[in-house]
Amino acid sequence: MIAFILRRMLQSIAVLLAVGLVAFSLFRYVGDPINAMVGQDTSMEDRALLREKLGLNDSPPVQFLRFIVNAARGNFGLSYRTSEPVGRLIAERIPATLELSFCAAAFALFIGIPMGVYTGLYPRHWSSRLFQAVSLIGISLPTFLIGILLILIFAVSLHWLPSFGRGETVQIGWWTTNFLTISGLKALILPSITLGLFQLTLLMRLVRSEMLEVMRTDYIKFARARGLTNRAINFGHALKNTLVPVITVTGLQLGSLIAFAIVTETVFAWPGIGQLFIQSVQFSDIPVMAAYLLLIGLLFVVINLVVDLLYFVVDPRLRSQGGAARVSGH
Amino acid sequence: MAAASNNPPLLEVKNLRVEFPTRRGTLLAVDDVSFDIAPGEVLGVVGESGAGKSLTGNAIIGLLEPPGRIAGGEVKLEGRRIDNLPYEEMRKVRGARIGAIFQDPLTSLNPLYSIGRQLIETIQTHLPLSGAQARKRALDLLKEVGIPGAESRIDHYPHQFSGGMRQRVVIALALCADPRLIVADEPTTALDVSIQAQIIALLKKLCREHQTAVMLVTHDMGVIAETADRVAVMYAGRIAEIGPVRDVVKHAKHPYTKGLMGSIPSLGVRHDKLTQIDGAMPRLTEIPPGCAFNPRCTFRGQRCMVERPNLMSAGASRAACWLHDRGGVGAPVTKELVDA
Repeated sequence: MIAFILRRMLQSIAVLLAVGLVAFSLFRYVGDPINAMVGQDTSMEDRALLREKLGLNDSPPVQFLRFIVNAARGNFGLSYRTSEPVGRLIAERIPATLELSFCAAAFALFIGIPMGVYTGLYPRHWSSRLFQAVSLIGISLPTFLIGILLILIFAVSLHWLPSFGRGETVQIGWWTTNFLTISGLKALILPSITLGLFQLTLLMRLVRSEMLEVMRTDYIKFARARGLTNRAINFGHALKNTLVPVITVTGLQLGSLIAFAIVTETVFAWPGIGQLFIQSVQFSDIPVMAAYLLLIGLLFVVINLVVDLLYFVVDPRLRSQGGAARVSGH
Repeated sequence: MAAASNNPPLLEVKNLRVEFPTRRGTLLAVDDVSFDIAPGEVLGVVGESGAGKSLTGNAIIGLLEPPGRIAGGEVKLEGRRIDNLPYEEMRKVRGARIGAIFQDPLTSLNPLYSIGRQLIETIQTHLPLSGAQARKRALDLLKEVGIPGAESRIDHYPHQFSGGMRQRVVIALALCADPRLIVADEPTTALDVSIQAQIIALLKKLCREHQTAVMLVTHDMGVIAETADRVAVMYAGRIAEIGPVRDVVKHAKHPYTKGLMGSIPSLGVRHDKLTQIDGAMPRLTEIPPGCAFNPRCTFRGQRCMVERPNLMSAGASRAACWLHDRGGVGAPVTKELVDA
């Protein structure tokens, strides 16, 4: 178990180094940062001075090492665009993205899984067929279109909910939160639905197909023959057996919720790191882009580690095999 | 340990019909099957795959897989009809009054829960016991079915047991609430031959001790001969012959049973070739008129082609064959089949 965790952590570090290399090469190949930083009338001497001061004349391996060491300390340098420390820029923006992603994930999990269980248990019921049909819409409509449609209905026509921004936020330490004001909560609704809808339909369809499969197994039939209650069978025996694939997908989707909130944040003018990234791309603000890349890499690595550990909690077959084997169906 | 005929039967199955609606019409998979099981009796049910023996068992425990359904007849347990009970009522019968054992112990247990948890859950569903009492009962059951080191094994997961041990756990699960009847559907088919004998001996011993009746569904005549008090032979959804096991094995009354017995090799006798019944059991869509066995029967007469025989007395057994019709209209009577 411990050996497994250590092995996974070493792998994680290797993955992060690879991501770091990609992030670092951004600096080398996306234009000359000096041009982006200085005005047209800066003299060649000043440019060379600046180049020397920023360490851009060192050999690439030295620069890479310096980049990684600084990144590990949370130091990503100054933004080319605002000349503020990148770390502070991201820290300012990340609460908005995390809160949005959290709400979207909760929306997807708490509605998607019960809907999947229901449609899996009663696949012939008319409401299951309706859910199935509607979920096709959720899975095939692009996010920006859903966002714009929601804005059109609930903000423009009905005036129920705001169409952009976070509303009023409350500052707790360096963290700003939406959860403590009415306008903040109202502002969360539309973006969360927009961001979570695809995940919701994906989870629903996954849980449904897993449930259908599990309900056909012998141990469910035997559980019925033992006279267990439907609740014990459906939620104890059946749902738990669908969890391994559901955890895998949920973990990956949680990562992509945060990573790819970019579209939703753009549609709703949500001041999160996705929006920060878009602005940075427009300005070729390499330090911010590199930091964003590393942050998302770290996020995925951490989530995957947690997912792997959850497998052990759920499936006893893995625990006794020392973690070497993967889940191999039922 | 033959059933005493003056006792009221534990299980009565009368004119049971199970059908499957399909796109091309309704299939009658179990056709007019009737039999009784006395308290403590072991009834073997044999037949080829598709003869309807497992479906009969599933119909009794109320777990026919849709779209299969009971289309007629009745099932009575301890004098009470159970085939038309609402789901929730039948759930309380399953596990408590009727236990079930399925074919494959490797897939009968939920892989994610320890066997102790599965036992305790079943016990507490049917008996008003506290957690500690239920655990005590679970331990006793595990010891009874011969799990060595039950105290340390109770918290183990199914994958940590061998196939034979898992089937013992399955038997313990079936016995949780001390049911009066166990429907065992091919309980040894998935096991090694050496383990099969152990499991059958265990089942026999436990049922004798608990006075539990067993409906033992199998295609293994050897298991039946060793275990059952009576045997029912099924063919194409109907009972071809039913009677005390010794009579059916030694003095088969139905030509099909005769053929079935002929296909079992016996020790000490050199066989160049095993006897086999020519042809195959008809598909449910193509059951011929008259006796369903007539295309394969060497004794068939005119009547067998047009009129379906019901079970009639034949010595100590009953057989669905016109050879035993007292009117004697059927085929030329062969002495070996009619003599008791």
